Amino acid sequence: MSQTAVHEHKTPFVRIARRNTIPHTQAWLIRAAGLLSSLCVGGLLFLALGHNPLAVYADMLDSAFGGRIGFNETVRIAIPLLGAALAVGMAFKMRFWNIGAEGQILMGGIFATYFALFQHQNLPRPVLLITMGLAAAVGGALWGLIPAFFRAKWGTNETLFTLMLNYVAFGIITYLQADRWSSPQNDFPIIDMFDLSARLPRLFGIHIGWVMVLILTLLVHLYISRSKQGYQLSVVGQSENTARYAGINVGRVIMRTMLISGGIAGFVGFMQVSGADFTLNETTAGGVGFTAITVAWLAHLNPIIMILVAFFIAILERGSIRIQSTFMIPATIATVLIGIILFFMLACEFFINYRLIFRNKNISDVKGG
Amino acid sequence: MYNDTNTAQPAIQTHNLVKTFDTVVANDHVSFDVHKGEILALLGENGSGKTTLMNMLFGIYFPDSGEIEVGGKEVTIRSPKDAYDLGIGMVHQHFKLVDIFTAADNIVLGLDGNPVLNRKAYTQEIREISDRYGFGLDPEKKIYNMSVSEKQTVEIVKVLYRGAEILILDEPTAVLTPQETERLFVTLRNMRADGKAIVIITHKLHEVLAVSDRVHIMRKGKSIATVNTSETNQKELTEMMVGRSIDLKIDRPVCEGQCDRLKVEGLNCLTPDGVKALQDVCFNLKAGEILGVAGIAGSGQKELCEALAGLYPVASGQITFCDESGQETALVGKAPKEIRALGVNMAFVPEDRLGMGLVANMDMTDNVMLRYYDKGKGPFCDRKSSRALAEGLIEQLAIVTPGVSKPVRRMSGGNVQKVLLGREISSAPRVLIVAYPVRGLDINSSYTIYDLLNQQKQKGVAVLFIGEDLDVLLELADRIMVLCGGQVSGIVDAATTNKEAVGLLMTQFSTGETREEVSAG
Repeated sequence: MSQTAVHEHKTPFVRIARRNTIPHTQAWLIRAAGLLSSLCVGGLLFLALGHNPLAVYADMLDSAFGGRIGFNETVRIAIPLLGAALAVGMAFKMRFWNIGAEGQILMGGIFATYFALFQHQNLPRPVLLITMGLAAAVGGALWGLIPAFFRAKWGTNETLFTLMLNYVAFGIITYLQADRWSSPQNDFPIIDMFDLSARLPRLFGIHIGWVMVLILTLLVHLYISRSKQGYQLSVVGQSENTARYAGINVGRVIMRTMLISGGIAGFVGFMQVSGADFTLNETTAGGVGFTAITVAWLAHLNPIIMILVAFFIAILERGSIRIQSTFMIPATIATVLIGIILFFMLACEFFINYRLIFRNKNISDVKGG
Repeated sequence: MYNDTNTAQPAIQTHNLVKTFDTVVANDHVSFDVHKGEILALLGENGSGKTTLMNMLFGIYFPDSGEIEVGGKEVTIRSPKDAYDLGIGMVHQHFKLVDIFTAADNIVLGLDGNPVLNRKAYTQEIREISDRYGFGLDPEKKIYNMSVSEKQTVEIVKVLYRGAEILILDEPTAVLTPQETERLFVTLRNMRADGKAIVIITHKLHEVLAVSDRVHIMRKGKSIATVNTSETNQKELTEMMVGRSIDLKIDRPVCEGQCDRLKVEGLNCLTPDGVKALQDVCFNLKAGEILGVAGIAGSGQKELCEALAGLYPVASGQITFCDESGQETALVGKAPKEIRALGVNMAFVPEDRLGMGLVANMDMTDNVMLRYYDKGKGPFCDRKSSRALAEGLIEQLAIVTPGVSKPVRRMSGGNVQKVLLGREISSAPRVLIVAYPVRGLDINSSYTIYDLLNQQKQKGVAVLFIGEDLDVLLELADRIMVLCGGQVSGIVDAATTNKEAVGLLMTQFSTGETREEVSAG
């Protein structure tokens, strides 16, 4: 027996222990510290590129808030982010990994564009816009329902399914651009700009999508936290077994929730084509469906907090475009920054749930933890 | 069976071990010792810190302070490997075996040594160990062909094969029939005679008295006392374990005018693999009785409960609900919601409380709402009345919780069960199905649960009680139905039968089958 060898084992240098719950304020303080640290690390990146980090951040803020136009632009970026985050957040609440918001947005855009291109002469403006919005919601809902149906009936993997449907939606747009809906006045495979009547009106200088998305946020919040259906989807997300036990038809809840989630994403597509781009192309979604996943998680799936997070990410994106011209820093830096922030936020959750105990530390010191 | 080593160094000894989990002190200056050639019972209620203590000896947890001495020398145990090096082996409650391997392969799995396995040599070695202590283990038998008690034997032999001199067994009898328990005790005594130090964790008093030499009692993380088994009795041990004197008798009130409430005829259920989980199950459940269900774990209890509740597909057979007025309702093939819509109010407390009966991450209000969320008109939930109901339950059942808005996973096992059972009873059910309702609960909570069930019975509710502790079933239930391999091997009157008779029924069909499998393999 190798007792002597064992005898030399020392107390581990650092141990991880689970915490009890910590107060909400303290948790949010940790998160704020995490955000600050991530910006510091981002600052190091700018320093390495040979710039003064403070100047870079100041310039980013200036571009996002400086003047009317800057602010409006930021909001314009935030609108689809928030909308898509609401959509995916609802699915995530049900533990349904919908990473197909991109495709659902595009399908919404396609459905809305049909009416914008071919029905604008036949319909009065309000009717046209409402029809476009509804059609977009139907398009997105359909795209969300397909993977949900397969998951509910045969237990297919929704992550892969929703991801693949993104490419199908891309393909449909490319086809429409090059063939069916191709602009007759143009040699390039593009779709005509919408008629003025098919464009969303503005309110305070920004297309009224911002009002719609804020209303939507409130509705989604009420739906998830107050309604019977919202309760059902939370139970399904937490434990399908419990849901079955409680007499909830799990398959139906999955399909219904994805119908709504997809519908919201589709509506975002409508706001994009009708409010921001006035046409449909393969950049209509522009990665919004993926960034929205970050937004939803950073907000802990809380729709109200998503407003802040979406706006924050919009500042980063807007700012990164500016610093590209001022400092010649590539605009993709925004993606890098978002990545760093996300990592720090994940680390925060670790420190909120666990604490570290170092060797030789007196137990009474750590007891309160 | 003390011998002269008793006066020498203890095999293992702890001094003032402390382990805290944040604000909870799981072990508060625990000191105990066990000698070679001795069986020490570690007695305490659930949550008293027994398993935490043993996990520290086995290197799974690291103590916050205090010392462990093995053979008189202070040691640091950082991992199970360190523990094995020191000759400490632990048999856990849940087995960690590879199903498709033989017993021998499982036993050598994970050991260092020659990269080429000499199967013949180690099989022979294992056979020798098995014969020495009378385990009767076939080293070449595959795990999936084994009964629960055989699997446990493999775990014990595994520990011995690794040279353990100090054996820790965590609740080894929880999964065994009375006969198997007796056989285990015989082997434990053989190991004691061979000079091993054995620690057996348990909360069953009669087993403590039957097998141990000394008893170390723990309560709320503290060492209460160490007593010689020959000088104590059940009453004294209970008092030390619970902290006050307690009446261990379970009431069995007699209800008049029992009539059939639920009739089950020829019930067959298949597992998803097409194996028969229930086979021709027939019984009547009467209003105002508690029908106990006994059986080895996995004999079809879960399937039976779920089939009755409309959660498990029924291949064939009838389940009929009978009203006072004689009206009969067929329940087979109906979903829980449809059953409720027919006016049949059945309540079900499943075995998996946090994974099926409740939502672990939701608070008490939302969990109470699980049964009522659909009530009322309009698209929104009525949280107010659920909240009021939750607050009422806290008061009625003395549930300890920081508040109705804390997730139920943060509550102790007993309180979780009170929430679940309280919610189900609050719906005034006609049939109440409870699966292992006192598993993991301390004595106080267990008796609260028994009282609640008796109250329901006296109200004329038909109670189906799936149990594992035969002593409890014999005292609480009116009749006991024994399941064995998915079949009913007998329904006996609880007042006139005894443990041995029920134990035999529990293995009535399976022993023959196991033998066939051996010869085939």
